[in-house]
Amino acid sequence: MATSAGRSRFQYLLHLAQDNLDFRIPEIKALLALRGKPFRPSESSREKCPFLCLDGLSEDDVRCIMARSVCAKSAFELWGHGKTHGELKSSLLKYPSENMSPFMQRDSTYRINVYTFNKTLLFEDRIKRIDALEYLPFEGTVSLKSPQHIFCLLEDYGTDPNNIPEHPEYIYFGRWIADGQRELIRSHSVKNRHFIGNTSMDAGLSFIMTNHAKVKENDLVFDPFVGTGSLLVACSHFGAYVCGTDIDYNTIHGRGRSSRKNQKWRGPDENIRANLRQYGTERMYVDVMVSDASKPVWREAPLFDAIITDPPYGIRESTRKTGSHKDITKPPDGIFVESHVPVSQAYHLSDMFSDLLNFSAHYLVVGGRLVYWLPIYRPEYCEEMVPLHPCLRLISNCEQTLSSHTSRRLITMEKIKEPEEQDSLAHLSDPRFSAYQGHNAFREKYFSGLNKKSGRDDV
Amino acid sequence: MKLLTHNMLTSHVKGVTKGYPLLIKATEVKVNEVDFNPQFVSRMIPKLEWSALIQAADELGQRQDLPGELVPEYEKNEDFLKKVHRVLLEVEVIEGCLQCPESGREFPISKGIPNMLLNEDES
Repeated sequence: MATSAGRSRFQYLLHLAQDNLDFRIPEIKALLALRGKPFRPSESSREKCPFLCLDGLSEDDVRCIMARSVCAKSAFELWGHGKTHGELKSSLLKYPSENMSPFMQRDSTYRINVYTFNKTLLFEDRIKRIDALEYLPFEGTVSLKSPQHIFCLLEDYGTDPNNIPEHPEYIYFGRWIADGQRELIRSHSVKNRHFIGNTSMDAGLSFIMTNHAKVKENDLVFDPFVGTGSLLVACSHFGAYVCGTDIDYNTIHGRGRSSRKNQKWRGPDENIRANLRQYGTERMYVDVMVSDASKPVWREAPLFDAIITDPPYGIRESTRKTGSHKDITKPPDGIFVESHVPVSQAYHLSDMFSDLLNFSAHYLVVGGRLVYWLPIYRPEYCEEMVPLHPCLRLISNCEQTLSSHTSRRLITMEKIKEPEEQDSLAHLSDPRFSAYQGHNAFREKYFSGLNKKSGRDDV
Repeated sequence: MKLLTHNMLTSHVKGVTKGYPLLIKATEVKVNEVDFNPQFVSRMIPKLEWSALIQAADELGQRQDLPGELVPEYEKNEDFLKKVHRVLLEVEVIEGCLQCPESGREFPISKGIPNMLLNEDES
């Protein structure tokens, strides 16, 4: 396989979007893992920088990543780079001409884009940048409208908008390969979604969670706190079959008060299935049920390829499970009263997370991933607080800041083995859960630092 | 509720040891067309309790000629996969209930959605 060995000598440049910084590398890593490829950034890569160079990949690998990524904007086959235009030139002149020539043929059309990060160039300066590349052996004709090949000169002016340097800190030149899936953030925005709730997950983060979970075509994915099904929408977009449960009868049936501003009650067809229908993925809908996540209703077997969820933290949605502290008298004659509404009680966050991890250890396939949000009181956070389980390996832990003293962390874990008897209780005594013990422990801290004016944070 | 879901559900009533499979008492059943995906059906078959699927299809009068035993080399048998696809994803219980085979506890299904909540003294 001479050609494939030759291909891996290419370097690829990803241009990453400058939001959700913490989530970007784990997303790219997960998408590479889905292809069975290692994550090999070149030495020059910096953490907050929007440019990421990767080694050891083929163009097909890069296209597959870009078909999924919502963190990456575009990908390029890197032809040259350097700290100055002089360095760029010598780097480009060293680039093997046999790699360039297929894209520079006389009968081909091309265009060169100039992209600057953290600086806006005047039109004439852009033209100057393009003219300065005359040392490259372009033989085709320029076509601005529909070129066969697109090349890009990318200049990085750092990440400080208050201190923009005169000259770029770094320059890249490459052949454009593919754009990422940023468009999904707009097309799947909850603003235009049929059925939403107060805490529906933002479209971009839903897709990021799906990618962190390595969700793939023909997977079966489960969300135990499904709410209005935002995560199922994202999973179904990438070809997974989806199911979910929620303790809230009204949410699952799409009844009750609307979360929209100018609408009092939910309409007759506001439900999760209609959401999937809206995006053309109703065929991926399996079922949703009214059920209590603390009392699994599933036959014990590794049924799910991924478990992806946003558990309630008791801030804007209450944490509940069925059960009561009171002694309940049995209904007469043992008949089941259909109208009976089970009493719900507070669900301690520590119990909720240990239940979620235990459930995942039992019901995920080996290699399957659990992705969920963990609320954090920032002044007390340390890595040791993230719950662990002997059957689940921590893959990534990314912070999204919510306020000066609170945040939530997206935790990704992968099942590494089937649970044995001693595994199920092993971590329950773990001190790391203490931060979440007592139903209101997190809630009290969450509100402790808020003054009355800013008391409406998004959670 | 689709029969794929039913195949994965079990009774979780306190004290019940043989809660699988749940019996289906349907008053309304619908067959909705769903795009056939042989890869997914092939992937799901090893996860299924085959006899429970046959029993459920029988209860709903939707078994047609599905065999009581899983056929060998089903991955290559498109005709067979289509029949499994139909009972797994196209047949849906809209109204009725699921019943725990041991305790007799019923879980109502309304508008296609099972309600699996238990009362305080049952879990």
